[in-house]
Amino acid sequence: MTIDSDTIRHLSEVSVSVELETEDMTLNIGPQHPSTHGVLRLVARVDGERAFDVQPVIGYMHRGYEKLAEVRTYAQITTIVNRIDWVSGYANEIPFIVACEKIMELEVPPRAQYIRLILTEMARIASHLVFMASYPLELGAASPLFFALRERERVLDLMESVTGGRFHPNFNRVGGVKPAYGSGSQTRKIVQDLPAGFYRDARAAMDRVLEVCDELENLVGGNEIIHARTKGIGVIPAEVGASFGLSGPNLRASGVDLDLRKVEDYLPYGDFEFDVVTGTNGDCYDRWWVRLNEIRESTRIVKQAIDGIPSGPIQAKVPKVIKVPKGETYVRAENPKGEMGYYLVSDGNNGPYRVKIRSASFSNISILPWVLEGVLLPDIIAIMGSLDFVLGDVDR
Amino acid sequence: MIADLLSNFWVALVAKLLLVALAIPLIGMVVGFGEMKLSAKMQARVGPYFAGGRWGWAQLLADGIKFFQKEDLIPRDADKPVFKFAPVVVMMGTVALFVVIPWGPGLIFRDLSVGIFYALAISSLTTVGVLMAGWSSANKYSLIGGLRAAGQMIAYELPLVFSALAVVIMAGTMSMQGIVEAQIEAGYPFVILQIVGFVIFVIASLAELSRIPFDLPIAESELVMGYLTEYSGFRFLFFFLAEFANMFSMSAIAVTLFLGGWYLPGIPADALEYLGPVILVVKSLILVFAMIWFRWAFPRVRQDQLQSLAWKWLIPISLANVILTGVFKVVL
Repeated sequence: MTIDSDTIRHLSEVSVSVELETEDMTLNIGPQHPSTHGVLRLVARVDGERAFDVQPVIGYMHRGYEKLAEVRTYAQITTIVNRIDWVSGYANEIPFIVACEKIMELEVPPRAQYIRLILTEMARIASHLVFMASYPLELGAASPLFFALRERERVLDLMESVTGGRFHPNFNRVGGVKPAYGSGSQTRKIVQDLPAGFYRDARAAMDRVLEVCDELENLVGGNEIIHARTKGIGVIPAEVGASFGLSGPNLRASGVDLDLRKVEDYLPYGDFEFDVVTGTNGDCYDRWWVRLNEIRESTRIVKQAIDGIPSGPIQAKVPKVIKVPKGETYVRAENPKGEMGYYLVSDGNNGPYRVKIRSASFSNISILPWVLEGVLLPDIIAIMGSLDFVLGDVDR
Repeated sequence: MIADLLSNFWVALVAKLLLVALAIPLIGMVVGFGEMKLSAKMQARVGPYFAGGRWGWAQLLADGIKFFQKEDLIPRDADKPVFKFAPVVVMMGTVALFVVIPWGPGLIFRDLSVGIFYALAISSLTTVGVLMAGWSSANKYSLIGGLRAAGQMIAYELPLVFSALAVVIMAGTMSMQGIVEAQIEAGYPFVILQIVGFVIFVIASLAELSRIPFDLPIAESELVMGYLTEYSGFRFLFFFLAEFANMFSMSAIAVTLFLGGWYLPGIPADALEYLGPVILVVKSLILVFAMIWFRWAFPRVRQDQLQSLAWKWLIPISLANVILTGVFKVVL
């Protein structure tokens, strides 16, 4: 068979377009959506299942806490700060109170320090257990939720027995902690700080938490589909993470060995033996794994603290009206979500002149446009969930 | 007297309609209640407890009544006729599937000579309804859900058909009763030689039913509620019941193809007349249990993983299974 020149010319003119030109769709994920942890809004431009541009829109939860803090006294501000990251309310109070004490140059009694430390670690366990509960749910597995939340309830009960509050304890005072709720005789001036049976219950709860960690490691970490959904997804290299200001478990999952509990001295972490958990790949699975093992490390710290808790007063001597002398300081702490810091400026009155809150989630989600570029729609949810943010912590 | 009455066409029609209208919601409710209670057991919960006085047996009845009381919301921009018709299409596929399920010797609505072919064809009608729901809702999440359902159906219909085809080769017939009888004649359920086919059939029917790990069309955490997002009230109830009834009917078909259907060795032939339905229901409920078990133990796969599982693994394996079965059938 021969092809004449006409046919050849015709064939050369035919161009076949294999790429279909399709319009892209703008998909609003949130502010009302099951997986945005509240009122985060993502504006995603999607082409089928692939999102090539995702922009987070924040501010739906802005409550103006920095401004509110300027018109309140120091004692009132603790009620505000534990509403920033409500999943670990207790841990938010610590850096603020420590900042006040630092300017006042107060020496906090060791027992109060230990109580603060125990409750902070319990807040960390509770917060990470919420992540352990919600993250598999975002990947479609409903059952781990109940196991994780069951043990979280145990920890929250303990916190409630000490502070009187499950989410918003408002337990710290400048120079110490509040006497325990409903315990001790007021008339005899003997103030009991921890409720009866706290040590025993806390040890039992820590054992149960460790058990549920093993359970979750089997149920979630041992699941092939979870591996397929999270390994190699949402990889954040250490340098990129650091340049976006990531902190806490999200940064440690990328292999950065930075834990403010080891670096700073806001609580006596130096007395205890614990490891900083770091991941290697910086993907969603590592972020899950790091948090799981941080729960284990936290139970270690709590157990050591219970064994070694000193006796003594729980409140330093402070004047009736707290006035922080003129000065400014920045105190940062390792919160469950990452680095939380307060820049406190005092002009010598009974309320601060200015408080700048550096919250972990705000910096953590700043990486979303970078890490969500070109991922699949289900991966948006998987990556977003793995960053473990709380909207109150983003918007303040 | 009753026989006279039933010989009247219209009386018989009404009786049949009532039977279908009661039986399918009943099956749906039994499966749904099982799901509620089993998931509760798996998650350290109690589950339904108060409705009906004991074990909350009336929970789904109460839910059903609640759905009827709800306002029937239709989005303003929705394609109204399609939106209204979609739940009916889904329910139609479900009801039509029950036509060819053999409940016992001689107990079948219609023993079609193309029984299994009909069953596989009519079961995809459900997906058409889902696609209609997703398209007409005027909601982007619904649209993505509907398109995912369509993609899923195309991918998983093939392994479903191929694994059923191997059974048809072994039985030498496409009639559902014929397949059961072939298994009785052979003396063993086909699952023994068709274990690969059985596994593929169950996986593919999970995807057909869009149950976890393949519930991408709904994908609560991604697509809010997928194609169901805009549905409420009794239209939602239709989808809900159809899902559970479909779980049962797909299991019944799997039981018929692979597990001997209504037959159990050792039971005399005349007793099978009455015990046949019981045996079929028990066998099916075992498969339904497995589906519920998967639902609460597994996370969801991603769309590309779902597709690659179908095209790279299930279809080649089921094709090889068909070829092997054919070769053995000819050689032996």
